[in-house]
Amino acid sequence: MNAVARESLPARAGLGLKPEHYGHVLEARPDVGFFEVHAENYMGAGGPPHRYLEAVASLYPLSLHGVGLSIGAAGPLDTAHLRRLRELIDRYRPQSFSEHLAWSTHDTGFLNDLLPLPYTPETLARVSEHVDEAQQAIGRQLLLENPSTYLLFTESTIDEIDFLEAVAARTGCGLLLDVNNVMVSCVNHRLDPAAYIDRFPVERVGEIHLAGYDETVDGAGDRLLIDAHGSPVKTDVMALYDLTLARAGPLPTLIEWDNDVPAFPTLHAEAVRVDALLAGQAARRNHLKRAG
Amino acid sequence: MEFTASQHAFAQALLHADQPLPPGLTGARGTADEARFAVYRNNVHVGLTRALAQRFGVSEKLVGPDFFVGMARAYAQDRKPSSPLIIDYGDEFPDFIAGFAPARALPYLPDVARLEAAWTRAYHAADAAPLTLAVLAPLAPEDLATLILRPHPSAALLRSPHPVGSIWAAHQGTDVTPVDDWRPETVLVVRPEMAVNVHVLPVRDGLFAALLFAGGSLGAAAEATLAEDPGFDFGAALVGLLTLGAFAAIAQGDVP
Ligand SMILES: [Fe+2]
Repeated sequence: MNAVARESLPARAGLGLKPEHYGHVLEARPDVGFFEVHAENYMGAGGPPHRYLEAVASLYPLSLHGVGLSIGAAGPLDTAHLRRLRELIDRYRPQSFSEHLAWSTHDTGFLNDLLPLPYTPETLARVSEHVDEAQQAIGRQLLLENPSTYLLFTESTIDEIDFLEAVAARTGCGLLLDVNNVMVSCVNHRLDPAAYIDRFPVERVGEIHLAGYDETVDGAGDRLLIDAHGSPVKTDVMALYDLTLARAGPLPTLIEWDNDVPAFPTLHAEAVRVDALLAGQAARRNHLKRAG
Repeated sequence: MEFTASQHAFAQALLHADQPLPPGLTGARGTADEARFAVYRNNVHVGLTRALAQRFGVSEKLVGPDFFVGMARAYAQDRKPSSPLIIDYGDEFPDFIAGFAPARALPYLPDVARLEAAWTRAYHAADAAPLTLAVLAPLAPEDLATLILRPHPSAALLRSPHPVGSIWAAHQGTDVTPVDDWRPETVLVVRPEMAVNVHVLPVRDGLFAALLFAGGSLGAAAEATLAEDPGFDFGAALVGLLTLGAFAAIAQGDVP
């Protein structure tokens, strides 16, 4: 793990880099495929976050994940924020940069949540403009992530997958497929998660996300899954992930665990689980190749 | 509805729990469900109150988690982060606490929160090598007197009528050690290297440090402090502050 290729993330399990694990990661150098950080946590002027990220990025491939650009906002992108992203990308040269198909900024301020938008020709045009602008500003391709949603819009006329694919086709961006988000949205909207994966343009996917959801019921007593990032990946999401790999082949896969962050060994155990599935798929593919 | 207008309506309904759901929402059953919209409302509040609880952990311990959440929600209701930099969120929370009537029983709480706000600012501040004693040691007293020192980018000085540094220190572990000596404290928060340090300054040095941080020259600060406290030891105070890494550079004045 010396010279890190800058082109792309490896098709391995990756983990979020959390401040409480900085010291352990640098000392123990755990066998993890890559680390991912939220860009906004590294926008301070200096201090330990930068010191540790520099050290970790010299040892592991890095994925930079934005949670505040608000690509799905009706209003304009924040150019100051684009500049900050550019600085981070120039400084750390991550193998991947990703953001969400969602909005979080409004004229009342930053709302600190990934909010849904209707899928219409108008919103498709706006999102595509924003992705274009962002890619210009940061000087590289970004991966756009499918959201987890709890409600739908009556005015939506475009299916979510078609929407994502159209943005990618118009802007050249890649896609980040969050399999937990697929499960959450599909259960919440009574859709078949396997059918979603079947239709997803996997050839555009640069990274996969996995996470643990929470579960409750809505006013009608229907299952309502919440994207919570505070627990191990659930069994049904793991099965859906394996199905995704069977279709797409091995892909860089991040385990998102951002709340109630456990001790590092618990996180690492999740990565080991995912690496085993990745290795299984790789072996099956090799076997098929040899057999064919 | 046009995109800008519909997103505005969504945001308004999101921020005001007493408002009806925005128009245009639906679900698999063909109707919009309150409980589903409530997930978004809750996410906004929980996200912001959690960010405040992370930054103001001692304040939370002092008032208890339930009281803290109520106070944080009241703050977050009116003050959303001005940018996606959640690391800056809560800079004005201490002032809000000072005006928050239910917290009046704990008069030291705003200053504890000020200390915690300063701690995070120090953590994320620009890195700089601290000004060392070696730079000033060769100077004659009359040359020293005219110097103005620039505080370290991470440094903040907090003068409190309460033992704010001792209270903060007492709540760092799981066991709280009671603060016996209830008196005013001047606290220096500074990160000369990678660790943020919280120092309770010697009582006699508080005014001197405050005058230096306000931009006074060494001579003027020493004179004003001596006028208040004839026993003040200029040399010891200056050496003390330099040793803690309180300053980054000489802002004004000549070093021959
Ligand atoms: Fe995700």
